[in-house]
Amino acid sequence: MQGKGLRGLSIATAATLVTAFALVFFYAPLDADQGFVQKIFYLHVPMAIVALCGFIFGGICAIGFLRTRDRKWDLRSYVAIHLSLILGVGVLITGSIWARASWGHWWVWDEPTLVSFLIIFLLYACYQPLRFSIEDPDKQARYAAVFAILAGAFVPLNFLAVRLAQPLAHPRVLGASGNLPSSMEFVFLVSLAGMVLLFITLWRYEMAAKQTRMRLKSLRQRLLSS
Amino acid sequence: MPALPLDEAGKYVAGAYVVFVAMILIYVVIMAIRLQRIEREVAELDELAARKQREESDHREEDLGRPDAARLSQDAGLEAPRR
Repeated sequence: MQGKGLRGLSIATAATLVTAFALVFFYAPLDADQGFVQKIFYLHVPMAIVALCGFIFGGICAIGFLRTRDRKWDLRSYVAIHLSLILGVGVLITGSIWARASWGHWWVWDEPTLVSFLIIFLLYACYQPLRFSIEDPDKQARYAAVFAILAGAFVPLNFLAVRLAQPLAHPRVLGASGNLPSSMEFVFLVSLAGMVLLFITLWRYEMAAKQTRMRLKSLRQRLLSS
Repeated sequence: MPALPLDEAGKYVAGAYVVFVAMILIYVVIMAIRLQRIEREVAELDELAARKQREESDHREEDLGRPDAARLSQDAGLEAPRR
């Protein structure tokens, strides 16, 4: 059953997110360079990481579909990409707000991190129109799976390319340089855990809703044909 | 760019967090609407199943209401080889 354990998961998600936000505002120290505006970092970066991982997860589920031809994998892939797109909208909006507060511009076109995320977002924005432009359900699932795998492979490649590029304005907070104080890192990790839990909870809710609707549809057909 | 003063930075930080909370709220509202639709479909199916059940029981009662005709045809079938 998809809905099993959802209540506990929802409570854990809400508790983790509330704890994370409380830590952001009452525990994490103010950034010496950016000041209070840096608090957006605890929301924006975990959301971006989870969105990108969600796109990759969608690609992995699509591989599962092509290997097994089980529609469950297709549904998993679709829901993961759908949720990642929603988080992607959040990343772009919160990123723009942060950019405006820090750099004085809503968007900086010569910054590889921003533009690469926008490219990934726009690439995945094509996923749903592509999917729903195909009427045959088998063909739809197959084409969507191929798209999800190719786009999913593009995400880490794109990330690596941006990492290798010379950083211009976007700060590098994760990595070998480790320029994040331990208290900030702790709050960041709690925020990341909250965001991961949020993604898993919403993914499971969406899966449960979609599977229930599919069951209802088949039940209706059985009732009408009997 | 120098760090913004707290009163000005607060607006941006609040804006970012409000966007996040609004997104979650919109998502929850959409899920609630979907749940309502599912409940409506379940009610429809419930009604459909009840109607089917009623129709079946009506058919059964109709069959039970015609015992003589059934018995006559059975008798006729039995008599035929005896002749």
